[in-house]
Amino acid sequence: MADKKNPGKEDDLRIGVFVCECGLNIAGSLDCEEVRKYAETLPDVAVSVLNKYTCADPGQNEIKRYVKEYDLNRVVVSSCTPLMHEPTFRACVADVGLNPYLFEMVNLREHCSWVHLHDRKAATDKAKDMVKIGVARARHLEPQIEKTVPVTKAALVIGGGVAGIQASLDLADSGIQVYLVEKDPSIGGIMAALDKTYPTMDCSI
Amino acid sequence: MMDVGRHPNIKLLTYSEVEEVSGYVGNFNVKVRKKARYVDENECNACAECFKVCPVAVPDEFQQGFSSRKAIYMQLPQAVPSSYIIDMEACLGNNPIACGKCLEVCDKKCIDYDMQDEMIDLKVGAIIVATGMDVYDPTELDEYGYRSFENVITSMEFERLICAGGPAQGHFIRPTDEKTPKTIGFIQCVGSRSEKRGNRYCSNICCMNTIKDTVLLNDHYPGIEMKVFYMDIRAFGKAFEDLFRRSKEAGVKYIRGLPGEVREDPKTRDLIVTVENTTTGEVEQHELDMLVLSIGVLPRQDGSGIQKLLTLSRTADGFFMESHPKLKPVDAPTKGVFLAGCAEFPKDVKDSVTQASAAAARAEIILNADKIKVEAITSMVDKEMCTACEICYRACPYKCIEVDRENKIPAQIIEAACAGCGTCGAECPFGAVTMRHFTDDQIIAQIEAILDEDPMEKTVVFACNWCSYQGADFAGISRLQYPPNQRIIRTMCSGRVDEDFVLYAFKLGAPIVLVSGCHFADCHYIDANRWTQKRVEKLWDKLEKMGVRPERLQLEWISAAEGQKFAKVMRELEEMRKKVTKEEVEFTKNALKDLKFKREKRKAKLQADKAKAEKVAV
Repeated sequence: MADKKNPGKEDDLRIGVFVCECGLNIAGSLDCEEVRKYAETLPDVAVSVLNKYTCADPGQNEIKRYVKEYDLNRVVVSSCTPLMHEPTFRACVADVGLNPYLFEMVNLREHCSWVHLHDRKAATDKAKDMVKIGVARARHLEPQIEKTVPVTKAALVIGGGVAGIQASLDLADSGIQVYLVEKDPSIGGIMAALDKTYPTMDCSI
Repeated sequence: MMDVGRHPNIKLLTYSEVEEVSGYVGNFNVKVRKKARYVDENECNACAECFKVCPVAVPDEFQQGFSSRKAIYMQLPQAVPSSYIIDMEACLGNNPIACGKCLEVCDKKCIDYDMQDEMIDLKVGAIIVATGMDVYDPTELDEYGYRSFENVITSMEFERLICAGGPAQGHFIRPTDEKTPKTIGFIQCVGSRSEKRGNRYCSNICCMNTIKDTVLLNDHYPGIEMKVFYMDIRAFGKAFEDLFRRSKEAGVKYIRGLPGEVREDPKTRDLIVTVENTTTGEVEQHELDMLVLSIGVLPRQDGSGIQKLLTLSRTADGFFMESHPKLKPVDAPTKGVFLAGCAEFPKDVKDSVTQASAAAARAEIILNADKIKVEAITSMVDKEMCTACEICYRACPYKCIEVDRENKIPAQIIEAACAGCGTCGAECPFGAVTMRHFTDDQIIAQIEAILDEDPMEKTVVFACNWCSYQGADFAGISRLQYPPNQRIIRTMCSGRVDEDFVLYAFKLGAPIVLVSGCHFADCHYIDANRWTQKRVEKLWDKLEKMGVRPERLQLEWISAAEGQKFAKVMRELEEMRKKVTKEEVEFTKNALKDLKFKREKRKAKLQADKAKAEKVAV
């Protein structure tokens, strides 16, 4: 049998659900405690916890504490969009030895509380359903190994206006090989066509 | 500029364009076309002998057409590289009868009429997109008379006229009589902040640019009368208000109101501007020698090329979309790609420099690491299930699948090149391919969880990670309200949405299913969403044949910037959902009661084959 905290799906599932209030961003338009209680009733959920801000240090510390205390092997955070904090929480669970791919996120803020500001019951019902869907997915999560790949220490800068010039110089000064590609016969871009620039009133070139 | 030409770590490729980009963060392969300039830039010492003898004259683009250049020319006096170039469309060519004069006088022998374009292969770990901007053409605003009256110029033309390196050597003169104007007006927001013509957004730089122009004119020609017609003056940056004050102290009149009409006195060629002064409420007329249109910034009109090469997104305004408007303002959604300057949004020199330094620093995080981790979301093949039919290979936008149909060698994913769209998994007719972290089991579990209670009340929405899911996020950030009946299943790409998933949702009683993804040019997996479209079209046929209304399966392209559209689609889906009857859902469930997943069918077939083989053996 695999490491207990990084099991294959045939192992016993112990899911922790963390419901974030996000101050009033989520708690303002739905009943987070009701969602938390509901989560407890879902299959394989070992513990369900309410946080004021799950992403803040106290919230993350709670995740770590419960993972250890309840020997959790899946973590579902019901808070905001994974595009923002998925890396945060993946790192958090990895800190306590859980494979980061055993983490799942439910987007209660962008996809529920913020778009249903005026119907608390409907928003709460939807949030419960969303947590249920997240837990259902979490039950099938599997650990993954992230491959490492070598990095070519060179950069391509497309465009030789003031932005491209500055980016190229900064990269080159830090020892990186830069290829600066400019469409026109000369670099300079729009900036080179300006006489003086504000607020310093000095030459552009 | 000069520092770039001299820096040992910078290889400058001017008159060049990026034509192909493949690979992924840390390991991009890039093909650049270095166009023939017909002058060896390394040999040319810019002695200008060629320029003197060239008999051709064409308008000089750099001087905004105010003066002419030759067919062999330098883009600007301080050009980097400091080398001439031949405009072959204007050149008379190396025909001794026609011309060939430049070749004769070039001591360094660096002119070559037969020079060819060169293709250069580069390997890089990160890419910075600093493709800049275009400027608004005010021709469509007839009331300002830009094309009709010569003394109406744009702010870009102003720059050349006042520049010491410009067509009049810095003597600011008006085009019709080459005299320095005594009165000059500036019209703000030309092509900006308009619902009707031009753009809706504020171009950010035009207020300060005009203020700068007035201070400059006052320095050069004390006593010149200046009037600025504006809506609001946005002087919000560091030291900006001081400059604005300096302009007002110099006597520049700021008149709140945009002119409704500009006329020309045919005799004097002076301009008569009619404007409602919104501070006094009075209609005023101002006679001016010259008028400058403070034109707005446009996204690069040729930006779609780079957009496709790097799978970037653009906002509704046409500028490149950042990964997060607040927290990742210089990262592009494609890993290892960063944005700087006006390609991202109109900004001034200081902000461009700031953003460029930020982009460089973000890129250095990757470039200074020896190795980086890549996400484990790639496809995987069950070799036993695979029939080596090659369909996955055909569907793969990256061609990162090795499979040999002839010799029945099953598919194998080249993982380093797999970007993880999952199209191969959805297209595989045998259920042999699935995706890590977006497996069939996971998605099926989500569908079941959505529909096991009150399925009639819910709409199943498949949303791709990069566009439609982010569109939903943007609807949330914008607090756009919509009915609470949709349930979103996120996949990396809409190409991942297997027909099994859609049919299974209908089998479980879903009234409406939506598949949503990026617009065609925006797909983060080159063109994987074309397969989504084909698949949904096939499903529509299938549903129709089954007697199920195809409209119950919807397909929408929603970009990350289209929060409004996402909310609108959600409202429309809800209207559709309400019209779906219990009877038709029951009918659909019945029609699909024998639905078997592709992988189940394949497994059954394999088992049957095995049993048969065993029987024969016995």
